[in-house]
Amino acid sequence: MAMSFEWPWQYRFPPFFTLQPNVDTRQKQLAAWCSLVLSFCRLHKQSSMTVMEAQESPLFNNVKLQRKLPVESIQVVLEELRKKGNLEWLDKNKSSFLIMWRRPEEWGKLIYQWVSRSGQNNSVFTLYELTNGEDTEDEALQPCPAHHSRWAKLEASSESKLPD
Amino acid sequence: MDRFVWTSGLLEINETLVIQQRGVRIYDGEEKIKFDAGTLLLSTHRLIWRDQKNHECCMAILLSQIVFIEEQAAGIGKSAKIVVHLHPPPSNKEPGPFQSSKNSYIKLSFKEHGQIEFYRRLSEEMTQRRWENMPVSQSLQTNRGPQPGRIRAVGIVGIERKLEEKRKETDKNISEAKEMVELSKSIANKIKDKQGDITEDETIRFKSYLLSMGIANPVTRETYGSGTQYHMQLAKQLAGILQGPLEERGGIMSLTEVYCLVNRARGMELLSPEDLVNACKMLEALKLPLRLRVFDSGVMVIELQSHKEEEMVASALETVSEKGSLTSEEFAKLVGMSVLLAKERLLLAEKMGHLCRDDSVEGLRFYPNLFMTQS
Repeated sequence: MAMSFEWPWQYRFPPFFTLQPNVDTRQKQLAAWCSLVLSFCRLHKQSSMTVMEAQESPLFNNVKLQRKLPVESIQVVLEELRKKGNLEWLDKNKSSFLIMWRRPEEWGKLIYQWVSRSGQNNSVFTLYELTNGEDTEDEALQPCPAHHSRWAKLEASSESKLPD
Repeated sequence: MDRFVWTSGLLEINETLVIQQRGVRIYDGEEKIKFDAGTLLLSTHRLIWRDQKNHECCMAILLSQIVFIEEQAAGIGKSAKIVVHLHPPPSNKEPGPFQSSKNSYIKLSFKEHGQIEFYRRLSEEMTQRRWENMPVSQSLQTNRGPQPGRIRAVGIVGIERKLEEKRKETDKNISEAKEMVELSKSIANKIKDKQGDITEDETIRFKSYLLSMGIANPVTRETYGSGTQYHMQLAKQLAGILQGPLEERGGIMSLTEVYCLVNRARGMELLSPEDLVNACKMLEALKLPLRLRVFDSGVMVIELQSHKEEEMVASALETVSEKGSLTSEEFAKLVGMSVLLAKERLLLAEKMGHLCRDDSVEGLRFYPNLFMTQS
């Protein structure tokens, strides 16, 4: 899986690993970093990470190019992800975090759509069935880590469509 | 230290605040005393010190009590200081923090900087002696130090007499300065004659001594009256001298390059950096064909009016794109500019969004800004 991951063109562009001082340039740079982090984590099925792991991971450290994103800049990227709703800190010291390549609202919608389509409104499901059941196999629900589902169900039910 | 009197710290009518500075410690002569952290205020009439922790503790000295002041530069672990030499206290002095002191001077230590500006303002007040022309309440006046040989005159006659005295003093200073200028000129000429025996190094050193003594045209200043007039004349002179060299260097030069060029051309009557900057500030106002420009980094350059740095940026982008990426040094070499100006041009290009940077242990490189051009 790691082999077939396609790095975006920015990953081979040395300036990508320097936080740009020009505000407009930085906006584009951070947007590219955010989508890279999310696609990387989704493909590697990595839903949580520590900052230390991140520093050494090929995600922020391009060994071939001999460039790594400095830790202060990694934190700027993580903060962007948090603002967008794709990241949550797991501790007060901000040393480890949760990565949600789909935001809870997005999961909520998907679950609702699946449930409606399979005509199973008003039945009760367990978390396991939702994420691992045969019915859901080909569906986009599949790589949905357990804790994401928990969030997602809360979201879906808060739209008063699914019982809790 | 026994010259200080307790005060409320409020200014009197006709007394104006000139400058104030936090973080000042007072020394009685060379000794440290308990007044170690205060705000020092300079007014047209007094020097006031107020304790930062206890605002009730506030004392002052009349400026008329000051004989002269000196600067003491900062050192390792030592803040810059002003040494204030004082007249003996008058017999009718109001109470203050010290009844007696063996020292006739105090030191003000600027722990949070600000010494240079404060010294400048205090010297100004000491020269202008505004307290003599602006009467304040009796309580301040009675604290004047004894002025042997001075007749206390009042009214217009008094003011006129004081102005006369001031003029006489200034004349005396100018004549002394003239002597010094003559002396240095004769030495300089002797050096010129013996040019072969004296090394370039020594000549340069001697020239720099002259510069540090401020021999930069004190007589010329007199001829031209106020400083600004002098700078105007200088600005016009500069426009003439620099036109050629600027054109040779692609229309732009750093101010340090200009300083060296101009002083080398002048020979003996060297320009001080301040005079150069002040003259350059007037270039645009005087509609001369050059202008002073200050970049974000603080670097100052002289540009021909016809020079458009922003357009040069477009050509810089082309150069960088051709080579893939460039450092300031590589770019400078390619284009034939000084590294300082090359860096400023690349930074301007980055600011305008044409370039982006790669900052690593290998150094600072500039690339075309693909973030913006590539989707």
